[in-house]
Amino acid sequence: MTEKLVIVGNGMAPGRMLEHLLEKAPGRYEVTIFNAEPRVNYDRIMLSPVLSGEKAYEEIIIHGDGWYIKHGITLYKGHRIVAVDRDAKTVTSDHGVTERYDKLVIATGSVPFILPVPGNDMRGVITYRDLDDVQAMLLAAQSREKAVVIGGGLLGLEAAAGLAGRGMDVTVLHVMPTLMDRQLDPAAGYLLQRELEGRGIKILCKASTRAIVGNGKVEGIELDDGRVIPATLVVMAVGIRPSVSLAREAGLAVNRGIVVDHGMQTSDGSILALGECAEVGGMVYGLVAPLYEMARVAAAHLAGDRSAAFVHSDTPTKLKVTGIELFSLGDFADGDDREEIVLRDASAGVYKRLVLKDNRIIGTVLYGETADGAWFNDLKKKQTDISEMRETLIFGQAYQGGAPLDPMAAVAALPDDAEICGCNGVCKGRIVSTITQKGLASLDDVRAHTKASASCGSCTGLVEQLMTLTLGDSYNPAAVQPMCGCTDLGHDDVRRLIKAKGLKTIPAVMQELEWKTSCGCAKCRPALNYYLVCDWPDEYADDYQSRFINERVHANIQKDGTYSVVPRMWGGVTNAHELRAIADVVDKFEIPLVKVTGGQRIDLLGIEKEDLPAVWADLGKAGFISGQAYAKGLRTVKTCVGSDWCRFGTQDSTGLGIRIEKFMWGSWTPAKLKMAVSGCPRNCAEATCKDIGVVCVDSGFEIHFAGAAGLDIKGTEVLGLVKTEDEALEHIVALTQMYREQARYLERIYKWAKRIGLDEIRRQIMGDADKRKAFYDRFVFSQTFAQVDPWSERVSGKDKHEFRPMATIGYGEAAE
Amino acid sequence: MTWFPIGNIADIPLRGARCVKTPEGKIAVFRTAENEVFAIEDHCPHKGGPLSQGIVHAKAVTCPLHNWVISLETGKALGADEGAVRTIPLRNEDGLLSIALESLMAAAE
Repeated sequence: MTEKLVIVGNGMAPGRMLEHLLEKAPGRYEVTIFNAEPRVNYDRIMLSPVLSGEKAYEEIIIHGDGWYIKHGITLYKGHRIVAVDRDAKTVTSDHGVTERYDKLVIATGSVPFILPVPGNDMRGVITYRDLDDVQAMLLAAQSREKAVVIGGGLLGLEAAAGLAGRGMDVTVLHVMPTLMDRQLDPAAGYLLQRELEGRGIKILCKASTRAIVGNGKVEGIELDDGRVIPATLVVMAVGIRPSVSLAREAGLAVNRGIVVDHGMQTSDGSILALGECAEVGGMVYGLVAPLYEMARVAAAHLAGDRSAAFVHSDTPTKLKVTGIELFSLGDFADGDDREEIVLRDASAGVYKRLVLKDNRIIGTVLYGETADGAWFNDLKKKQTDISEMRETLIFGQAYQGGAPLDPMAAVAALPDDAEICGCNGVCKGRIVSTITQKGLASLDDVRAHTKASASCGSCTGLVEQLMTLTLGDSYNPAAVQPMCGCTDLGHDDVRRLIKAKGLKTIPAVMQELEWKTSCGCAKCRPALNYYLVCDWPDEYADDYQSRFINERVHANIQKDGTYSVVPRMWGGVTNAHELRAIADVVDKFEIPLVKVTGGQRIDLLGIEKEDLPAVWADLGKAGFISGQAYAKGLRTVKTCVGSDWCRFGTQDSTGLGIRIEKFMWGSWTPAKLKMAVSGCPRNCAEATCKDIGVVCVDSGFEIHFAGAAGLDIKGTEVLGLVKTEDEALEHIVALTQMYREQARYLERIYKWAKRIGLDEIRRQIMGDADKRKAFYDRFVFSQTFAQVDPWSERVSGKDKHEFRPMATIGYGEAAE
Repeated sequence: MTWFPIGNIADIPLRGARCVKTPEGKIAVFRTAENEVFAIEDHCPHKGGPLSQGIVHAKAVTCPLHNWVISLETGKALGADEGAVRTIPLRNEDGLLSIALESLMAAAE
């Protein structure tokens, strides 16, 4: 019989535990997870790259929804467990779900520590713990105003670097004399401070916070010495505390954390605890490697292996700020029985320090040059006697035994049991043997099978070197992702070659670029069709058979095979005549659902395909054209009522929105393009999460782009400020054309912008009037072929075959 | 088995499909780039998507709902997915197409 396993918390530790458990004892438990966060399991260590914009949220998901479904795991998202009844063996969530358990795992993690100072509950004070915090920071960063980060430790500095990278003016307050004092010695802390100051981050050490000042909302921070530092955002990153209240209320033994034995067992035989909330051997842990070790042990016990035991080990610390190399391990305090070896290279910004006891390494601090971290870690772990190589030890592994080795040879020289991935405890031998046995060829495969470099990613370089060593020249880390299985070329190469070779049909592209299939597939054909439409607007004959159904029939297919139809309403403005016409169409064709969309349009859903031309005919009589709600093209321009009506409006946002939409409708783009114009910074049209948006201000028009409000949520970037409507239109059109010409098919504008670089886009559109004009002219030329209403074309008989069955066979005919 | 005429091959676009309505449900008739014709149930084994609306490539079609790829020859899902649709016998006599339906006979008796 399957036992019931209930897990409270869905962070990295329980996620890893489940992976082990599913491997060791598949089917033994029926698993239910309660996650207080309303999402799946993601890599919390990678939140800093998300904050800095180097990664997107989807890239850091560990287990997507499909994983839970595949393994039959029930995941309650956004459910916080409020009670554990140990007698009845049940847990109950804040939404009232009660679940019985045979085994309970508590993995409630930790909560950020909030300084007990006045004003700590004001709006604008946040912590740095989960994705919600990152999103709050990203939102605040839009203002480009001042931020204060309290805490100069690992998290605080990553937050500060991320916010500074997002354009905020950042000050870090640290109560100790040097940064990261728990991981770095003062010398390395000083180098780090200098580097961060060089990036425009202000750093105040020995700064103690007295109060947060403001009026309901943060305005600044008052220090003990009376200084006030202005800020609109305060990030508290002063440490974490194990989250133990649930366990305490349930009557389990709790000290700093939930007390567990070396098998992760709490004081109740049916309950285990692991992760940041657990205290084992008097220690609580916050770095991922020991938490994964707990996960391994807990899974073994749940699978019936009572021998597994948690063993303490030191974990190296790294700072995830791009361009800063920093490594710290073990104990590096001074002491009478200790010796040290120090290397300083001030001009290169390098500092290395080894702390030795009895000729063995007990601590290491590396700054600026960390390639030997793995080697020092290995020496420390094995307690190798270093007296033989003492003279050259600090120079690293490459200098041992004769001539210096190149980095590749250094990796080759590492022993098989040298740890490569600290987060996941993966050694060199395991990686090499897995690559060989499973025939792995890509970094993603190696991550999937071994977990090496799958958490914080800082050992990616080492893993790639191992792949090169193992696979030889057949491994090319810079390999381009091919468009699809039909070709080895990537999207960028294909786009370049279409122009360079003057290829003007899909068969010509496939012939010249040596496609491996006879006529492509559903991935490459729509992409090629778009590239050709974009590059040769006057010469290319659109291939409808290479378009996705929605673009082929100019309506949106629904799950039951019916279609939905969205007529264009310029700028979201309509009138009684149009609404009456829509109402009549709905009655006449018995349309089951009429819905207002997020883009300020009316959607008519559930129309049979055969009825589409007749529906369009009636809508056309009222003056409607297609709203292109199905297109990888210009969708909608959403507007607010602007200066004509609104007492705050600064410009005629409605008028500008309509003007943009009338100018740009019908254009095809790499992915859908949604726009908005807001009449003032209150931003009622929500222009700052659109692909392109305009925020009107007194002095003109602030043009925004690269926002997202779908899978990703991302505020826009500012392109620039222009004075007149004409200029606004020209800049928006030029930006769109640049995107049309350069992006990969299905790549939204924010992803393209991230790849190309925001500055490059600003330089070409804002800074180079000739370039801008050329983009603009090419768009205008292309529009002369694109602005044809597809609905009226079809009402007049184009593509008739699409909307009629080829034949209808009834019982009557069979009887003949 | 009864053969029903359904029209001319030219009625179907190259790399395209048309539907035939029958009391047994819709049948999708495909014409490939090589001018071959195939008939299968217009009902994806995954979630019932209308295969006739998909993109036709080689001797396969990609379902418009969730991108399953179905072989027009065997009716089986290709790649990692598993499932199959019924294939319908189809005759091409100088461009005149007919399909054979078995169950309809019984229904008509």
